[in-house]
Parts: sequence; C-alpha cells; structure tokens
Amino acid sequence: MKRAFDPGDRVRVRKVDAPGHIRTPYYIRGKEGEIERFCGFFRNPEELAYGRYDCEQRALYRVRFLQRHVWPDYGGPRHDTVDIDIYEHWLERI
Amino acid sequence: MSEHHDHDHEAPRRHRHPLQPDADDTLTYHRKLEIAVRELLIEKGIFTADDVRAAIEELDGRTPDRGSRVVARAWVDPEYKALLLKDARKACESLGFDMDLFDVTLTVVENTPKVHNVIVCTLCSCYPRMLLGLPPSWYKSRAYRSRMVKEPRVVLKEFGLELPEDVTVRVHDSTADLRYLVLPMRPEGTAGMSDRLVTRDSMIGVALAQRPR
Repeated sequence: MKRAFDPGDRVRVRKVDAPGHIRTPYYIRGKEGEIERFCGFFRNPEELAYGRYDCEQRALYRVRFLQRHVWPDYGGPRHDTVDIDIYEHWLERI
Repeated sequence: MSEHHDHDHEAPRRHRHPLQPDADDTLTYHRKLEIAVRELLIEKGIFTADDVRAAIEELDGRTPDRGSRVVARAWVDPEYKALLLKDARKACESLGFDMDLFDVTLTVVENTPKVHNVIVCTLCSCYPRMLLGLPPSWYKSRAYRSRMVKEPRVVLKEFGLELPEDVTVRVHDSTADLRYLVLPMRPEGTAGMSDRLVTRDSMIGVALAQRPR
C-alpha cells in the first residue's frame, strides 16, 4: 500500500462538512499542521460504521498543530501543541 | 449545611423524609435494547449468562495497576523503555498482558523536562483501557473533552498542576485507532520505591508522578 505523506510534511485538514461517522474533529478542519508520524493503515471508520468490514484501508497519521494556529485566542505559550490522528483522505499538501 | 428541616413540628411522628430514588430505576431505551439482545443471544446458545458475567468481571478487573507496572519497569530498564516507546503492544505483552482484545495501536508518549503530555478524546471517550481499565467519569465529561483541547493549561491548573512557560504542553486528541498513555517522569529521590508512585492521573497527564505524601 502507498502513502502520500512523510514526517515533517506540511498539511492542511480539508474543510468540508461531511455527513456520517467522521473521526476528524470539526475544530481542526481547515487548520495547518505537520505530519509527526505515519501510524499505519487502518480500515476507514467512515465505512466501518456502516458495517462494511471489508472496506479498503487508509493511511493514518499523527498530525501536530500549534495551538495558536488552532485557536487564535490561545492563552498559553507559542510552542504548545495539539496532536491529532487524521486519515490521509482528510489531508492536503501545502 | 443547615439543620433546618421544613417539616411539621406539631406532629413529629408523621415526619418522613422523601425516599431517595434508586439510581438504577430508569429503564432507558438502550438499557432495554441491551437486555433484549443479551437474552436473545443466551436463548440461542451463542453465549451463556455466566460468559457475560465473566466478561464484566474481567473488564472491571483491569485497573491502572497494569499501567503502573509498565511505567515502573520503563523507569528502571532503559531497554524496556525504548521498546515501550517504539512498540508499546510488544512491551506490554512481554509483561504478560493480553493485548489481543484490543484492535488499536497503543502509543506511549514520554514526559521530559521540556514536554508535558496529556490525553483527551474530544469525540467520545477513547482511553488506554488495556492498561488503565475504565476511564474516570470526568474524562468522559463534556467539560473535560471540550476544554482540555482548547485551554489545557487552565484545566491542568484546576487539577492542581501548574507548568512553567518553557515546558511545551502537548495535548493528544485520540480521534482514531491510537490509544495514548503518558510515561510520566520519575520523581527525584525515589530510587528503590515501588510502582505505587505511578498513579492513574499521571498516566493520563493531569498530574505528575509524585513522592508518597
């Protein structure tokens, strides 16, 4: 299986409003971060939720975001981060 | 609390407090559904009532002691710590914990003098149950889930943990197939002490591992 991103790559989370069982939190959509690590291939939860157990696998990444990029009014230091697990089809290269 | 009771002093014998309602007397839709499905599966011979009881017993038997053993071992054994950070599943299996039940990737994140990790699941209540058992009720609360990701330092302060500005606070939102466990730093001057230093909250990241009080 192939994956699109490597650690260090800059990515943006797609800003779409999709129905169904989405594991990409709303607050992170449209935000920019950096691939921290590739976590492996996992079955797509958006398919699994509907009982499609033989669905194709998707690459999963841990993406690191600076808190001040996620929350413009973030009250802590500039270097604080939030790390989130995001599937490849939710990420676009920047 | 006030000692005043709003009752009739003229007729003390008739004085009765209202009964506390039982906490488990609400037969909700999902409770009914669970009972119906369970009884059907038992009737069809898929499993027995004793299987269900044993599964609940096993579930309740998982406590943060497992996580404490893993952390304490990592504190004294650098090779084990390296394995734990690289392949936590293998490291846990080597201590005899059965990880086959869990179809997720356990990921251990290490606290250092410069980085403090804390875990949350903003979407539901994902938690490293294989090592910590069931999550505490506050972990599942809407307040913790929404605030820890947005103002972690404020929430940590409410838990009694104030971190210096030069320490990076790294929140881990377990949104998918990973489950996080924090590897806390070993408190100074605790060589030879047991794994009792490692508490549940220090492995979630809302506290530090501390010397016994």
